[in-house]
Amino acid sequence: MTKFQVNGKPYQVDASPDTPLLWVLRDHLKLTGTKFGCGEGLCGACTVLIDGAVQRSCSVALSEVQNRRVTTIEGIPASHPVKRSWLAEEVSQCGYCQPGQVVAAVALLNETPQPTDSQIDQAMAGNLCRCGTYQRIKKAIHAAAGKGTKGTKGVKGGHKS
Amino acid sequence: MSDDTRITRREFLKSGALVTGGLVIACHVPALGPAWGAEPAAFVPNAFLRLAADSTITVIVGKSEMGQGIFTALAMLVAEELDCDWSHVRVEAAPVAPVYNHTAFGVQVTGGSSSVWSEWDRLSAAGAAARYMLIQAAAKGWKVRPEACHTENGVVIGPGGRRAAYAALLAAAAQIPVPKEVKLKDASQRRLVGKPQHRLDSPAKIAGTALFGIDVQAPGMLTAVIVRPPAFGATLKSFDATKARALPGVRQIVAIPAGVAVVADTFWQAKTARDKLEAIWQDGAGAALSTPALLAEYARLAATPGLVARREGDAEAALAGATRVLRAEYDVPFLSHSPMEPLNCLVDLRPDRCLIRTGSQFQTVDRNAAAKAAGLKPDQVTLETTLLGGGFGRRANPASDFVVEAVQVAREVKQPVKVVWTRDDDIRGGFYRPMWYDSIRAGLSDGKLTAWKHTIVGQSIIAGTVFEPALVKNGIDDTSVEGAADLPYRVENLLVDLHTTQSPVPTLWWRSVGHSHTAFVVESFLDEVAQALGKDPYRYRQELLTAHPRQLGVLNAAARMADWGKPLPAGHGRGIAVHESFKSFVAQVAEVSLDETGALKVHRVCCAIDCGRIVNPDIIAAQMESGIAFGLSAALYGALTLKNGRIEQSNFDNYPVLRLDAMPKVEVEIVKSDEKPGGVGETAVPPIAPAVANALFAVTGARVRSLPLTPKRIAAARGKA
Repeated sequence: MTKFQVNGKPYQVDASPDTPLLWVLRDHLKLTGTKFGCGEGLCGACTVLIDGAVQRSCSVALSEVQNRRVTTIEGIPASHPVKRSWLAEEVSQCGYCQPGQVVAAVALLNETPQPTDSQIDQAMAGNLCRCGTYQRIKKAIHAAAGKGTKGTKGVKGGHKS
Repeated sequence: MSDDTRITRREFLKSGALVTGGLVIACHVPALGPAWGAEPAAFVPNAFLRLAADSTITVIVGKSEMGQGIFTALAMLVAEELDCDWSHVRVEAAPVAPVYNHTAFGVQVTGGSSSVWSEWDRLSAAGAAARYMLIQAAAKGWKVRPEACHTENGVVIGPGGRRAAYAALLAAAAQIPVPKEVKLKDASQRRLVGKPQHRLDSPAKIAGTALFGIDVQAPGMLTAVIVRPPAFGATLKSFDATKARALPGVRQIVAIPAGVAVVADTFWQAKTARDKLEAIWQDGAGAALSTPALLAEYARLAATPGLVARREGDAEAALAGATRVLRAEYDVPFLSHSPMEPLNCLVDLRPDRCLIRTGSQFQTVDRNAAAKAAGLKPDQVTLETTLLGGGFGRRANPASDFVVEAVQVAREVKQPVKVVWTRDDDIRGGFYRPMWYDSIRAGLSDGKLTAWKHTIVGQSIIAGTVFEPALVKNGIDDTSVEGAADLPYRVENLLVDLHTTQSPVPTLWWRSVGHSHTAFVVESFLDEVAQALGKDPYRYRQELLTAHPRQLGVLNAAARMADWGKPLPAGHGRGIAVHESFKSFVAQVAEVSLDETGALKVHRVCCAIDCGRIVNPDIIAAQMESGIAFGLSAALYGALTLKNGRIEQSNFDNYPVLRLDAMPKVEVEIVKSDEKPGGVGETAVPPIAPAVANALFAVTGARVRSLPLTPKRIAAARGKA
């Protein structure tokens, strides 16, 4: 039995300890906002925060999240500057990769509140988008940075239950 | 159909009728209610629209939303004519029903960048009819003439300032006979169409609540992964599931026509068990396939005459008499669509009915194929279309592969089951953009292009499908030669011929279909001709396109945006390309340089499109960015290669796609046009590869004629240059 928090709620999951966190979230907790894209940490669709740090949930075993705090796309409030600027800049197309993109952008702005283009390149190059929304992602990150990232504190450390 | 068809009340709008701006229409389509029930107080004037008492206006869209923004664009057309409050509009995916069939293609399908042009009239009329009925209802209530009433943003306004919100008129409007004729707005009256509106599907996608096929659940649902043949044409000999069966959560391991299905409570259990399964395969017809051998075979064919797709004048004679003949051979590889969402399909099969939930682009075909696989009649199968995490053509498969195999699994499992593909399964699973080889010649005399001969070699996408009788004419699959046989450049002697090859590798339309390869060849070679004649590639295109004002319009716009001819930083170069596809015209100028590793860096792309009348300019701009990114993945990295009948690539490490740090700055200009609407979703893909290859030539003087434009190929071409 593994105990951990997701978006501020405590969970206990009884699954094989090698089960990737991605599939625990999707199949056990029915939190399907976190997406499966490659299974090998190559595409970023499954990006979540673990204790505030960016992780590819397809490559993190359930056993590794014991007593840790996980934040998924569902745990980032709609009022978060990143989510708001994603809508304002009309970033989404098919939308499948966007939960991972948003989570990665939240983490970037937590670390680097005013990132340069090259810092964005570096932080976001691991999140693939086949629809090619990259230009808008960049713009949306700059826009969110401009608004400050107040309100992300709860996200950074995971939600308190 | 289900009993939800009880709301079928009358007939309305015949499909295929012609509507021109403000003209009277008379068309007829049986009205059909949504499959999943309307609120009691709803007003359902036709199959495309439902107005509810809570003021929501639901547009029922028969097109699949896969990122191209069609839910928003089509809802805008309805809302414009309904004259409602845009903030009250939402969209629902249509069930499978003839009323939602493509107005030109006759089945329910999303493809060919055709949704806006094929739905503009029908959906505008659907909105206009509802507005007419609401006005009639209000006028009747007020006992005034309908002509004395008008509408404004979801409110009917009558004489003396009387006002009635649409939501207050639903019951009364439902009693009004559906009009046989409706008058559409003049273009000058439009409030929504032609202006950017926020996408309706974005909030759920950002919240993480948007439902894709891979997300759907059903009570008691199991998950299956399938072991498919490792080589094309291989068949299953035997399998040993002893180890796999012993693993936790595994419910069933069973051979199906597609391979061996491993069914478990969760995906990870199924995947883990699959890794332990030992399957023995018998190699088949494809076992010897290898990319070098295929290329050699294609090259041999290209040197022989093929079936003629286009002939003007006498190209052979003109080549024989030319002062100079330019010769070049081009090739492009097999490509996978690789949408970010791996394929999947949920099937709940019962003795007398079947529910399928998946992201389909091809509802009629998938529903019928599922019925056949399930041993049911088509009307016993319900197919619910979810959002698609990318399509690019992969989810419009005439073979319905991912749907049929899921039904095959469901027949064995007797429980709702969702088949999920891994990325490996997707990349190795076939249904690729065909590999192509092109041999091309130009005759030059007296400083002029006198002959153009283009021989194309590759597999037909259409041959062997149910569409062959309609779409393959005299042995020519039009999708094999589109973009080449309709060469717009002025040349007196033109010959385009085709060798259609056979192979066990299944092929499929891939975003922009034949244009994805012909534009690369034609636009690269046209640059070679310009170079040979000592002409500027942009000015030379202008010279040869005087009879094609729309190509010329976008060409000039893109060149102007890019400051064509003005100096660039050292080591940078520009390339230009223009191409017509799917009733639209796109030109692009790419600015590139080589980095220290010899790899291409694309800095900037200036893109001009003429797609006729437009619905949402921001979605058009987004689709230009999207097509450029998709095309760049293919131009810079994309290649599937065969060895012993097996695809050598498996995931994004060895089948790379464009990443954020490689995305160029894209600028888009929509050329103002009153022409009929054209396509947008695919049309930015064709010009980008040749624009980049031409820019590479401008920087290095080296011509690379094979895609992708890898550092190795660039270095080799520079060695020769």
